[in-house]
Amino acid sequence: MSAGVEGKLDVLDPQDQARFEQLVLPHLDAAFNLSRWLMHGRADAEDVAQEAMLRAFRFFRGFHGGDARAWLLQIVRNTCYTWLEKNRSVDLTTEFNEELHPQPSVSPETLAIAGDNRERLTRALEELPVRFREVLILRELEGCSYKEIAAITSVPIGTVMSALARARQRLQRVLTQPPVQQKQAAETGGRP
Amino acid sequence: MTCELTQTVLHGYIDGELDAARAADFERHLISCAECVTALEAQETLHSSIQRAGLYERAPASLRQKLQTQLGTTTRSSVTPIRNSAPWRLLAIAATLLLAVSLGWRLFPALRGSPSGTDFASAIVDAHLRSLQPGHLEDVQSTDQHTVKPWFDGKLDFAPPVHDFVNEGFPLQGGRLDVVRGRTVAVLVYARRKHLVNVFVWPTTEPDSEPLSGSQLGYHWITWRKSGMEMCAVSDVSPEDLAELHHLLMQ
Repeated sequence: MSAGVEGKLDVLDPQDQARFEQLVLPHLDAAFNLSRWLMHGRADAEDVAQEAMLRAFRFFRGFHGGDARAWLLQIVRNTCYTWLEKNRSVDLTTEFNEELHPQPSVSPETLAIAGDNRERLTRALEELPVRFREVLILRELEGCSYKEIAAITSVPIGTVMSALARARQRLQRVLTQPPVQQKQAAETGGRP
Repeated sequence: MTCELTQTVLHGYIDGELDAARAADFERHLISCAECVTALEAQETLHSSIQRAGLYERAPASLRQKLQTQLGTTTRSSVTPIRNSAPWRLLAIAATLLLAVSLGWRLFPALRGSPSGTDFASAIVDAHLRSLQPGHLEDVQSTDQHTVKPWFDGKLDFAPPVHDFVNEGFPLQGGRLDVVRGRTVAVLVYARRKHLVNVFVWPTTEPDSEPLSGSQLGYHWITWRKSGMEMCAVSDVSPEDLAELHHLLMQ
C-alpha cells in the first residue's frame, strides 16, 4: 500500500526540515496510536501511520502554524479512512443521530468490574463503529479538546459533545452486556 | 433514563469543556438529580478504567526506523535520529519523568528498576490517579494561602509562591512535598471545577523562559521558569485551562 509514497519525496529546505522535525515528528506516537485504533491489526496501523507521516512531510509547506498535532492527526485519520474504504466494507457513515435506547442505568460498580479487564475493554472499543471509536480515542487517550476533535474528525464543534455522549453510552452498553448480546450490538452498531 | 442532561451537558462537564456559568448550573442540577449523579459516577469510573488499562500504543521502533530512512534519504541533509532531533520530545520525556519520579518513586518502588515501555507509561497514569485518591493528594489541606505558605517554611530551602485563585476559578486545595530528581520540591494543588491540577515548584538558576506545553497519555502539562523558580502544572483539564493557570501564576 505504500507504493505511492516510495518515490522521491519533495525536498524540504533545511529550515522546513528542522521545523518538521520540531513540530510534527514529536507527534509520531499520537499518529500511531490513532492509526492503531482506527485500523485492525498492528501491521496495517504501522503502514498507515507511515504513509500519513510521509504525506504530512510532503504537505508540510502547506502548514502555516497552529496546532501541529491536530493537523497531523487529521492527515492520519484521512489516510485511515481512505484505506478502510478501499480495503474493506466497513461502515464509515455512522451518524451520531441514532435513537437513544432506553436502557437500565448501569451502576458504577458493574462498570468498574467490566472496565477493569483490559482485554474486554480493548475488545469493546474495537467493536464500536469507527466514528464512535475515534472520538473516544481522541478524547480519552489523546486528551484532545472538543475544538481539536472537531478539526480532526471534520464534525461541527457543537456536535462533539453529543458524539462523545453516544460513543460512551455505546461503550458502556457493550462492556456491560454478556458476550452474545455484545456481538449483536456490534452487528447492529453504526446503523441509525 | 429520563434526564436528558446525562446525554449532553454531563459530558461537557466531565471533559472540562463547559464555561464557568454552565458548569455551575450543572453542579446545581446535580444536587437534585440522582440520575445524573449516578451517570457521572459511571462515566468517571469508565474514564478511570480506560486510563488505567494502558491502552495508548506508542509508535514501534520499526516505524521510527523506516521513517528515519525515508525522510533522511530523500532530504540529502544528514538527518539526526528522530529520537534526538526534537527538543520538544526531550521535554515531554522530562515532564513524564518528573511526573513519574515525583509520584512513582514514592508509590511504586518497583518502578525504580525498569523505567521503560508502555508499562511504565501506564504506571505513571496509575500513579497520577492514585495521587488523586483521598489522603494522597495534600500533606496540608487548606484553601487558605496563609496556612499553606507557612507550612512549607522549614521543610524546604526555598519559598514557593503560594496564591489562591478562587475568584479566577482555580481554588487552592492545599500543598504537599514531593521528591523530584532526588531533591525535595513543593507541590501546590488547585481545583478546576471537578478536576485537580498539580503544580510542581522548584528553584532554578536558569533564566526565565516562555511556557512549553504538551500532552502525554491524555494528561496535559505546561512548564516555565520565572524569577528563579521552575514550575510544571499537570492535569487532565484542557490545555486552555492550564494556560489560564499559568497566566495567573505569572502575575
